Amino acid sequence: MLDTLHTLEVVRRRGFVSRWVLGAVLVAVVGWLACTVAASPNLEWTVVGQYFFSTPVVAGVGVTLVLTFATLGIGLVLGACLAMMMQSRNPVLSAAASGYVWFFRGVPLVVQIVFWFNLSLLFPTVGFTPTNQLITPFLAALLGLGLHEAAYLAEIIRGGFLAVPRGQVDAALTIGMTRSVATRMIVLPQSIRVILPALGNQFILILKGTSLVSVIGGGDLMTRAQQIYGQNYQVIALLLVATGWYLVLVTVAGVGQRFLERWAVS
Amino acid sequence: MVGGLRIRGIRKSFGDLEVLRGVDLDVAPGEVVCVIGPSGSGKSTLLRCVNHLEPVDAGFVQVDDVLVGYEHRDGRLYESAERDIARSRRRMGMVFQQFNLFSHLTAVRNVTLGPVRVLGRDAGEAEREARELLARVGLAAHADKLPAQLSGGQQQRVAIARAMAMKPSVMLFDEPTSALDPELVGEVLMVMRDLASQGMTMVVVTHEIAFAHEVADTVVFMDDGVVVESGPAAQVLLSPRSERTAAFLAHVRRPRKEHDHA
Repeated sequence: MLDTLHTLEVVRRRGFVSRWVLGAVLVAVVGWLACTVAASPNLEWTVVGQYFFSTPVVAGVGVTLVLTFATLGIGLVLGACLAMMMQSRNPVLSAAASGYVWFFRGVPLVVQIVFWFNLSLLFPTVGFTPTNQLITPFLAALLGLGLHEAAYLAEIIRGGFLAVPRGQVDAALTIGMTRSVATRMIVLPQSIRVILPALGNQFILILKGTSLVSVIGGGDLMTRAQQIYGQNYQVIALLLVATGWYLVLVTVAGVGQRFLERWAVS
Repeated sequence: MVGGLRIRGIRKSFGDLEVLRGVDLDVAPGEVVCVIGPSGSGKSTLLRCVNHLEPVDAGFVQVDDVLVGYEHRDGRLYESAERDIARSRRRMGMVFQQFNLFSHLTAVRNVTLGPVRVLGRDAGEAEREARELLARVGLAAHADKLPAQLSGGQQQRVAIARAMAMKPSVMLFDEPTSALDPELVGEVLMVMRDLASQGMTMVVVTHEIAFAHEVADTVVFMDDGVVVESGPAAQVLLSPRSERTAAFLAHVRRPRKEHDHA
């Protein structure tokens, strides 16, 4: 028997039964939930369809995107500066950067947004301009989001710096670079590979975090949804409109992240 | 004394541990000095102190009669501004045990980065010279590869070209073959032998006794943070005056008698 054994077909264990059972249970539970919600007489699907591509909602999506990218831009530039300051041998610089991160990471985002919006209560004028004229809801939103995000991105970038082997800096110094040039030319580019996955995650957090600016009427997707359901009382329908858009944007961001990571590795 | 190195009374402690306890060393222009000694004897720290990667606690280093990392004022040595330290480091090239090539740049970019970014040289001209240097170390065909695509021996040869591109007065080698597979040691030593024969001033921390015997003008034996013995290579290696040198040499020679003379 042993001399024919090697001719037999090999069948790998698949565990089909447990997969089918588990899958069926999952489909049943999720399907039942979805049907219950969808079939609810209080949910007007026509309203969802009516508003999904309406002018105010699409404009809100635009504002959400602008806020997201502007926040990312501010956060990256400021965060990179903060990360370099934290690495500095100058104790004043590193303490200042650590203090910034401690404060802006410690105060809730919504508190910061409301604070910037109400800056005029603290400083009625900036120079000769009334603060209320200067700080629009959009600018208050941008300040709140950008300064808050810089603190998180600073920590992510610092983590990336730490992942670059010390010898790289030694080598840069021995060819006559100063520490700060070495950080920009050698450490920063090499840390991108480590930073990128965390950055993609952070981008999605920012994207959804922009919805908090609705508390000051920032004009984003969530603000528009609130304004509409404030008039027609179709709260759930408009929350579904917002949900749909956020999921679309997050999905696109997730695909973009995969592409970026593949590019960075190659 | 252009191309010469003068080390005087270097002391360096890490916490309570005194790694260098007063090291003096003179290297004449064109001289090749090999520093040997057991691990932990302070050889690598000495090299890192020479180009001020580690600030010293006492003593000084001069290259081309210029103080490295310090300025002499009012009877004291004041540490220089970072820009000036960087400027004086350019007089020395350094090659590391772990190569430390910039991993995100191709071989040729590794070599041109210093000349272009630090010396402000024209990029095209720097690239032409870099390719020449890479050809000299036998890597003309590998100039556009990333470090990860090169073997250890090839990476170390790129690292030597990178250091040479800055046209240093002195080259410092910190155990340049210790991290290499045995069959790749020869190609790196050959490049170093080539440099030595062209009159480059070199300080080589190494465990390659055969290389030291063949190439070095002077061999320095360090132990426990001091120079125990220094002299002509043949004398130190064949008839050491100190018992500690003799014991060390007996120890390193025993396990590999037939040494690669490549």
